[in-house]
Parts: sequence; structure tokens; C-alpha cells
Amino acid sequence: MADWVEACAVDDVEEEDVIRFDHGGRTFAIYRSPDDEFFATDGFCTHEKAHLADGLVMDDIIECPKHNGRFNYKTGQAKGAPVCINLQTYPVKIEAGKVMIQIN
Amino acid sequence: MAGTVKRDYSLVGESTRRAIETGLASAKWYHTDVSRKAIKELMQRSDGPAIRDTIIWIVAILGSAAGGIYFWGTWWCVPFFFVYGVLYGSSSDSRWHECGHGTAFRTRWMNDVVYQIASFMLMRNPVTWRWSHARHHTDTIIVGRDAEIAVMRPPDLLRTALAFTGILDFRYSLPALVRQAFGKLTPDEKSYVPEMEQHKAVIAARWHIVIYIATIAVALYTWSWLPLVLIGVPRLYGTWHMVLTGLLQHIGLADNVVDHRLNTRTVYMNPISRFIYWNMNYHVEHHMFPMVPYHALPRLHELIKHDLPEPNPSMWHAYREVWPVLLRQLKYEDYFLKRELPLTARPYRGEFHEVNMSAAAE
Repeated sequence: MADWVEACAVDDVEEEDVIRFDHGGRTFAIYRSPDDEFFATDGFCTHEKAHLADGLVMDDIIECPKHNGRFNYKTGQAKGAPVCINLQTYPVKIEAGKVMIQIN
Repeated sequence: MAGTVKRDYSLVGESTRRAIETGLASAKWYHTDVSRKAIKELMQRSDGPAIRDTIIWIVAILGSAAGGIYFWGTWWCVPFFFVYGVLYGSSSDSRWHECGHGTAFRTRWMNDVVYQIASFMLMRNPVTWRWSHARHHTDTIIVGRDAEIAVMRPPDLLRTALAFTGILDFRYSLPALVRQAFGKLTPDEKSYVPEMEQHKAVIAARWHIVIYIATIAVALYTWSWLPLVLIGVPRLYGTWHMVLTGLLQHIGLADNVVDHRLNTRTVYMNPISRFIYWNMNYHVEHHMFPMVPYHALPRLHELIKHDLPEPNPSMWHAYREVWPVLLRQLKYEDYFLKRELPLTARPYRGEFHEVNMSAAAE
């Protein structure tokens, strides 16, 4: 059963940026795109265990702070070495100014 | 504690096992506190500075090559090939490095094009070296894990001196490319290149070898050394500046620690060397925050220098500091230089490192 979980307030994430969200022993990354849409992925890079929330958001790309591996945070697609495994993404909705993510 | 345990620099040996067992491999590293706002600003990418610097770089390479060709057969070609060699055999290293990180340009394909060209100039397989460098950042100077430790302990001083001529690198790099072109990767290479990427390393090596064969064919056809002096051999006569600057990154400092302030060095350098080296003299800063582009490193340095050891004021100063350490390491390989932190810095936390801090010179 998938649950919708409140991750943060809309204003907690700056435009073209990412924040970390911990829930149930897991870490997620919540993104706000330049066109003001919200997305969520697993919080750790699939290459090595680095927090993506410390990385850089550029357009629809999140770049890992450790080895500069790049993912499309909208689709989770790994964009090439040193990341080869796609990132898990999660559905997101906005409710009453809150960012909700659906966690399996 | 490391004690007197002999270092095994293989990436699949005893030191590897110990690094994994003790948690030194893929460890959490010390970082200076920097606000998200400040680091985000410093991480921002832009094409402008790298396009400007790359145009200067290409014009300088083509100009010096043209001068060398024009004056070929006379002594006047020497200064042109001196410049060409350094641009080909040394400045390509920093371009390879920065574009490998993907931080030089904002536009990805620009990073990729310069990365491929620079890899060729350096006789480096663009695939294996990308992965070895990722490992270098994960496990910087962790013995048995880091594939890019330039001077191992006890130091081989003759080997280190010969590195300035490029001979040893050349002797390793060219046969390595030939071996890889035949589809053979060493166990070390297989330890850091994922299986799904290994075939790309073979293809890249084949392309490099094809270009070298073509260059040799042209040299034979024209019965002239000139094609080889332009392609391949600059890796020998022009590599000295890369070694001069690059050796200082970690030499003489601690190994098996998880604080870049202990194993990495920042050195103030002249503007020409900084152009050739693309600001990698700010090396502690680069290792702590590899997302920051080369052109923003001086600003990062200003922001965090209160937490870092005083930089060496010059390369000469740094080598004078390193020399006695190397001599001491010949007899006592645990010896290393522990650099003083300013009073404003957070102290080193020796208990989190495997290294024997009592072996340090301060």
C-alpha cells in the first residue's frame, strides 16, 4: 500500500534546488524545478552513498556532489559515468502548500 | 593504527582488505562548514570562462605548433616546441581533469569533447581514467584503494625524478593502451571500472592506437620525425609542468586519513602555472568540494581558508618542505608531514584515522 507523506512546505525548497527529506529510515531528495514543479527521488546517489541534496540542480539535472554523476531527477535516468544505475523516483503532489510524496 | 605494516598499493591486495575492513574505504570525510547558499553559488556552472580559456589554449597550441613546423630543422623551433610540449603534455592534464568532473563548462558536450581530446594527448584511456579518478575522490590516498597515488612509500626518488621526463608514464601508458585495445583489463582496472563500462575502455583504446599508427605511418611516409614530435612524443618532453605542479597535491602528507587537510596541499602559484593547471593548486578546496568549477576555486579558498592549513606560498617553498620528508620516509615509511592548522580551524580528529599520528612531523 503506497502512502502519501508530507515531505516539506512548498517554500522550503528554492527554485532550481533540492532538499533532503528523511522518513522511515530512508532518505529522499525533493526538487523544485526552474519551472516551479516538484519532484522526488531517492536521496542517495546510486554510484556511492552521497546525499544528492548536497548536489547541484541545473534545469532537469541533479549532479551528485561526490563524483559529479548526473541524473534527470524528473525521470531518474542516469546520464552517464560514473553513474550507471537509474534513480528511483516517487510521485509528488501539492496540497495546501505542502509537498506530498508517495512512498511505496 | 597503521604502525609498521608494509603498504600494499595493489587495489586487490592486503591493504585493500584492511581499508574495507576498517571502514577507510568509502568513508565519510571531513568538510569545512559552508552554508548551502554560499556553496550553491560557487557550484554554479557557466560556459563563458572555459570557452574563453579553451580558445586561448587552442590558439596557443596551434600557434606554437605552426612555429615549430615553420622553423623545423633549425634551433628556432626549440622555443616553439617548448611551449607546444607544455600545452600538449601538461595543460591537457588539467583539462582532462576538470572536464572529467564535468565542471569546466555548463554544457555537457563541451566537457565531453575537451575530455576526449585531452585524454588522447595524455595517452590516457578516457574510460578507465574516469573511473580511477572517481575512486581517487572516494578514497583519496587510501592505500589499496586509490589508483592515483603518485609517490608511494617508501618513495622511489629515482622514479619520481624520472617522472619529470615523462619516460615512465610513457612506458606505462602506451603499452596499457595496446593491452586494452586487445581487450585485456588488469585486475586493478576491473576493480574500479564497472563491468558494463569495460567494453567502452577497449573501444577507446582502439581509437587511440589507430591514431598513433596513422601518425607513425605519416612519419615513415614523409621520412620525418615531425609528425611524432607533434603527436605522442610531447607526452615526453612537455610533461614536466604537469609533474611539477601535480606532485605537490599529496606528496609527503598523510595517507589513510579521512580529512583532506591532512593529505592534500594547496600551493599559491604564478598566473602562468595557474592557467596551465586550471587552478588545481587550490587542491584541498577541490577535494573537499569537487563540484566547484576551477574558476571559482580562488573564491572558495577565500571562504574556507580559516579552516585549512596555511597554503605554501610557492612551489619552491612546497618542494623545500617535502624534500626532508621524502628522505626520512626512505628509512621510516610511516613518517609524514602534518601541517599546522590556524587557530580558527576545527582541529584534526586523529582518532578517526587509521594513520599513526605520532609518526607525523609538524
